[in-house]
Amino acid sequence: MILLIMITTRGLSKQFGELKAVDQLELDIESGEIFGFLGPNGAGKTTTVRMLTCLIEPTAGEAIVSGYQVGRDDQEIRRNVGLLTETPGHYDRLSAWQNLTIYARLYEVEQVDRQVDKYLHMLDLWERKDDPAGTFSKGMRQKLAIARALLHEPEVLFLDEPTAGLDPQAARLIRDFIAELKGEGRTIFLCTHNLDEADRLCDRVAVFKQSLRVLDTPANLRRQIYGRRVTIQLVKPLKDYGRLFSSIANLREIEVAENNLSYTTDEPEQVNPLVIRRLVEAGAAVQFVVEQEHSLEEVYLRLIDGEAGREIQS
Amino acid sequence: MDKVKTIIDKEWAEVFKNRLVLSITAFLPLFMAVLPVFMLWLYERFPEDMNSFNTGGDQFLEIFSETCAGLSEMECLEVYTLSLFMFMFMILPVAIPVTIAAYSVVGEKTTHSLEPLLATPITTLQLLSGKAIAAMAPAILATWISYIIFLIGARLMVDDVVFAQLMDPMWLLAIFIVGPLLALLAVCFSLMVSARVSDPRVAEQLSALIIMPLILLVIGQSIGLILINTQIILIMGIVVAVLDVILVMITVQLFERETILTRWK
Repeated sequence: MILLIMITTRGLSKQFGELKAVDQLELDIESGEIFGFLGPNGAGKTTTVRMLTCLIEPTAGEAIVSGYQVGRDDQEIRRNVGLLTETPGHYDRLSAWQNLTIYARLYEVEQVDRQVDKYLHMLDLWERKDDPAGTFSKGMRQKLAIARALLHEPEVLFLDEPTAGLDPQAARLIRDFIAELKGEGRTIFLCTHNLDEADRLCDRVAVFKQSLRVLDTPANLRRQIYGRRVTIQLVKPLKDYGRLFSSIANLREIEVAENNLSYTTDEPEQVNPLVIRRLVEAGAAVQFVVEQEHSLEEVYLRLIDGEAGREIQS
Repeated sequence: MDKVKTIIDKEWAEVFKNRLVLSITAFLPLFMAVLPVFMLWLYERFPEDMNSFNTGGDQFLEIFSETCAGLSEMECLEVYTLSLFMFMFMILPVAIPVTIAAYSVVGEKTTHSLEPLLATPITTLQLLSGKAIAAMAPAILATWISYIIFLIGARLMVDDVVFAQLMDPMWLLAIFIVGPLLALLAVCFSLMVSARVSDPRVAEQLSALIIMPLILLVIGQSIGLILINTQIILIMGIVVAVLDVILVMITVQLFERETILTRWK
């Protein structure tokens, strides 16, 4: 059976005593999607992952992962998902090969040796396969943990901060590997603080803090939060522009700073030619026209700090 | 069963790479096998010194009168000494696995290997069975081997009458049945403690409490308060077997994955 939606949650909630860790989470994550789950420390991301991997029970709501219901088909879910935990521990006295073999057997992998060898090669750990995991660098330990999560070829992979604390080279290697996994058609639920990483890898991102603030593609989020901001660089500073653009609809937040003119519009494709024509008619000479890109980090901070998320939700 | 075996293999691979644990597992039973044989040798080598020691305190002879019927004073002393050590062979399978079992859950918590392990399709019963067997089996095996070494040594040192006392079915029952039952009790208790504390040292210290009642029994016998006989061993075996069943169920019930992962940080 081919599933189109790999993860569904409806009103998924988790409360620890008085503390609401996750409140009424609604998600639909498509098959083959890399889904970024963003939020500050203590937002409830790890709790959500633990609920979806059947490590803890929800206090309310329901979740379906890989076609199986959380709380009812827990063993099936465990067989069909892979988990990279936030702080992946290994059996430090045992070799990389022994570590993976243990997990391959626990995940009921049919050809244990073949799978272990495959992922040791794939993650560039083959040369160190007989060394104790305790002698590995942080990057190698992370790669070993990713290999462990993939041994049983899960359809859904939960990655909790996969590049946290890694040097840029190791982080890039892991990111490239995640991109490769998407190519294999796996659904990836990626918790990360690295917004640049989320921007580059994720098809959609959700900003989450106890409850869902927003969920969309990174590009759409930028548009929703900031609109599309255009900057036009002129040869000389612009004077008396007050009435110049008054008749152009859908133009707002106009700012002039020396010879730069900036404005926000929802339809730059239509608005930009009109603005340029007015400028030229007014005797200005245009050097460059640039659409400003807001980083996902700016979007995220505005959502977490401000009211933007609630406005979009409402 | 495959998963239980995987956990056992994993635990052994880890534990036996730890030289300290390995030496405790091997040294203690070996010491317990050699020490009584050495004492018998001393008795044989310096019989007069032993007799003077013996006559100095004959309180134990009263309580031992039934056992010692028809034996010389020296033979009675040998039987008394050996029976104390026989009891040690019951304590060994309790003392050795406690360290391994006490560390097994809390150790995985502190090294962060528990969460990925619990995310695999392994049941709580499979996980705990694997950990319990991995802790118990080496201790029981080491005890039995050391007991056989002890018997061989004793055979060479004592006469037939004394040796016959060592082969009393009571001691065979104690060492081959009650000992393993006690080991299971100790391991379940240690696993329960290990799952509920956050510091391996606390787990080891709390788990060690399980040995206390047995130590008290040994002290009781050594100062002549009680005499361990077949009846006591039988009652002990039945009580421990019942406690084992109850404790296994409680240990599985109390092993809540959620609580272990979220509350006991």
